[in-house]
Formats: sequence, C-alpha cells, structure tokens
Amino acid sequence: MPRPRPTADPAVITLEVNGERCAVAFAPHKTLLEVLREDLDLTGTKHGCELGECGTCTVLLDDAPVLSCLVLGLACDGRRVRTVEGMAEGARLHPLQETFADLGAAQCGYCTPGFLLTAQALLDANPRPTRDEIKAALAGNLCRCTGYLKIYEAVELAAARLRGEDAEPARETLYGRR
Amino acid sequence: MLPPFSYVRAQSLDEALAQLGASDTRISAGGSDLLGCLRDEVFTCSKVVSLSRLDALRGIRDDGRGGVRIGALTTIAAVASDPVINQRYPVLAQAARAVASPQLRHQGTLGGNLCQKPRCWYYRGEFHCSRKGGSTCYALAGENQFHCILGGQGCYIVHPSDTAPALVALDATVQIAGRGGTRRVPMARFHVSPRDDIRRETVLEAGEIVTAIDIPAAPRGLRSSYRKVRARGAWDFALAGVALALQFDGATVRAGRVVLSGAAPIPWRSEAVERVIIGQALTPEVAARAGDAAVEGAQPLKRNGYKVPLFRGVVREALLALAQ
Repeated sequence: MPRPRPTADPAVITLEVNGERCAVAFAPHKTLLEVLREDLDLTGTKHGCELGECGTCTVLLDDAPVLSCLVLGLACDGRRVRTVEGMAEGARLHPLQETFADLGAAQCGYCTPGFLLTAQALLDANPRPTRDEIKAALAGNLCRCTGYLKIYEAVELAAARLRGEDAEPARETLYGRR
Repeated sequence: MLPPFSYVRAQSLDEALAQLGASDTRISAGGSDLLGCLRDEVFTCSKVVSLSRLDALRGIRDDGRGGVRIGALTTIAAVASDPVINQRYPVLAQAARAVASPQLRHQGTLGGNLCQKPRCWYYRGEFHCSRKGGSTCYALAGENQFHCILGGQGCYIVHPSDTAPALVALDATVQIAGRGGTRRVPMARFHVSPRDDIRRETVLEAGEIVTAIDIPAAPRGLRSSYRKVRARGAWDFALAGVALALQFDGATVRAGRVVLSGAAPIPWRSEAVERVIIGQALTPEVAARAGDAAVEGAQPLKRNGYKVPLFRGVVREALLALAQ
C-alpha cells in the first residue's frame, strides 16, 4: 500500500553546497541525500542501503564524512556540504579522482563518490596516512567489485601527489606481480 | 522514503522538554538510529524534536573532582579522540572507536548510543514481536545466531551499544532532564531487562531527555580496556565483547567491574567473573577460570552456541592483556 503523501508545508533552509550558498525548499521529512539528488539535482551522491551500512551516500558535512541517508535535510540549515561534484576544479580532476581512474580503483563506480569523499576527509586531516589508517578511515565504505587493494593504493598515490611529490604508481600496481 | 512528520529545532532544553508531549514525538540527537527506525517502521512519529542547537549538552568537561562530565550530544568520534578520556578511561575510548563506522561516529552521539533501539532483525523487520507489543519472540525459533546467551526471557536481543558496557564498568551515572526537574540514574540501572519490562530498553520516561553522563574519578591503580569481536574485520556489532575496569594493587586485582557486550539484552555485568578475579593475580589459570565463569548459566539458542566458547576466550584474553 502506498504511504500517504506528506502533508507538512515545505521548509526552506540555506546551506552551502560545494562552495555556493543556496536556498532550497523541501518536505521536512526528506533526508540530505534526497534533497541533494531530487531538489538540487546533484545526483553524484548515490543511494545505497538507506540503513547506514554501505557508505555509498557519504558526503562531507562541515568537513566530516557523514551518511546523507541518515541526516535530515533540515539538520543541514546553515551548514557546509561537499559532494563529489565539488571535487574537481573545472576540468581538472581532484588528485583522488585522477588516481582512482588511473589505478582502476573503480569498476562499476557506484561506491566511488562515497570513497572519494571519505578519502578526501582523511587526507585533509592527515596528509601522510599509513595503510592501516587508510583502512580504518574507509572502513565504513563498502565496495563489492574492486576489492579494496586498488582503492588503498589510489589513496596513497593521491596523498603523495597532494604532498607535492612526483609520485607514479608502482609497476606492480599497474601490471601485477611478475 | 521516510514517513512524513513535522520538525522542531529546540532552542533550549526547556523548549525541547515542552515539545515532548505526544507519545509519537521523537527526539533527534545525531538522528542516525531515529531515521533507521522510522524507515523500518519500528515505531511511528508525527513530530521530530531536534536537540542539535543545544550546545550546552555538547562537550567533555572536567568535573573538578577528578571525574568528567560528557554532554549527551557529544559525538562518538569526539569521545574516541578526547585526550582526557584516552588517558583516564581507555575502556571508553576503545569502546567509542569500536562503534559502527567513521561516518556514524561523526553523526552518532553518546546519549544516542545509550538509547539506541535493538538491532534484532525481527524487531527491525515486519514482525509484530513481543518487544513491539505482540506475543511472540520470532528469534527464539528463528534465525538467532546473533542473539543473547544470557538474560533473555520472552525477548532475546543483545544490547547493541559498545559504550554502555564501558560506562557500566566505569560506574558512570546518567543525568536525565524532565519537566519536573532532573534525576540521576547509575548506568548499571539505566537499561531495562526484558525480565522486568519487555517493552522498554531504558528507564527513560516519555518526555525525558538524557543530558549528560558523569564518570567518577579513576580510582588508584585503575586499568581498563574494551575488547570486541565482530564477524567482519571492518565495522559491525559485537558478537562478543568485554569491558574491564579493574583496580590493581601490584599484580593483584583489588576491585573492579567486568561487563559483557553482545551477551544479553542489557550490558551484562558479570559478577561471576568478578568473584573469580578479585583478590587474585591474573595468571593464565585464573583468567581461564574467569572465562568459564563468564558463561556460567548461559542458555544458548539453536544457532548461537558458538558464543559460549567465544566469550570464554574473549574474557580470558582480555584479562591476560590487561595484566601485562
């Protein structure tokens, strides 16, 4: 049986999305995920389990990674949101996007926006993470096709490039062990 | 999609308390468990009262007597990274780091972690189980591999919190505000066993809000730890866990508390383990006897018998690690 349609009046909030202030009106029971995708047309943020288990809908809220399916849109009034659409600068990809592409850290790509933002929050706070710190930071993001090794390697390579090092992927990373 | 509701962001604690009239008004602290429950239709909700503006309920402060007061809205991530908590109460810092995923630790609050609803898949699913007012616990004859081995009666959930066992071990107190004033409840009496009332998980009454958790000064010789075993290497709820807060005099345990997670419908203080270890040095032999004591009286269900040897081992290993 279809649920009754919302009766409450739309609420209006202002928030900053990817550096731009915007006002948006929506029904009070909408999640941040729904507001981003349906009201702001930012469909880069993906809709996964809606239970807090998969990390696919991760965005940065005031710089911290959160699950946008478990945040009410109204709770974001006056706050800063960053989505995958805000990572590239014009045509220039963020180093994480570049290394995820170069190293094959994405296959179907559905989990990738969530991984990219969680990894960005990690590198913003910790420019030189160890492999274990990367694993801990990404523990809430599930990938069902790549496996995690290429994702860890892509984060490490992006971290090195963000530190200004002239880093290239290891031969083994690209071609496997000979 | 969530069912429709109205939303109020309280500007003060008094306003929040005044807004909590009707039974289907719900409090939102971090909101993560609330939205999950609404999506799963565990309960209904016509109004959400958000506490997010109540900054007085956020943060970790020295209480001036060697203890700390943690505001109920403090995030799990903030508890996990707080230097004072890490230094004085490792059991709580370790438990906070073991909660859920990094994202949920940024969203979830300590008060919410104590008040979260059970994760039993029948309770969360489309089953009118005894905890929801029905007459049957579907886990009893069903898929019960993650259910309790101790303390069940009519309902066989395990309490899902990692921080609650740590706070019971530390003898913390919950501060609760209501329209009639505030009251304080020891953590050990905050959660309600199904033997006492199958329909509730905590002593909170409708219209009450958890405002803070007070942890007393660490006694001399306190050593503490939280160990959690999960089915996955990454985040998950506890299959078995143990919070230890023990006072040592040299190698001898003088006093302390041992609290199990993943064992029972409430954080399960194991006085049986405490009786074995108090007055003793934690030798391998004592630790093994303590492990056996942890599962004394356990009544495993059809599919969770593995928890009996698991708890034996977890308790033994955690005690030996703390004795190092």
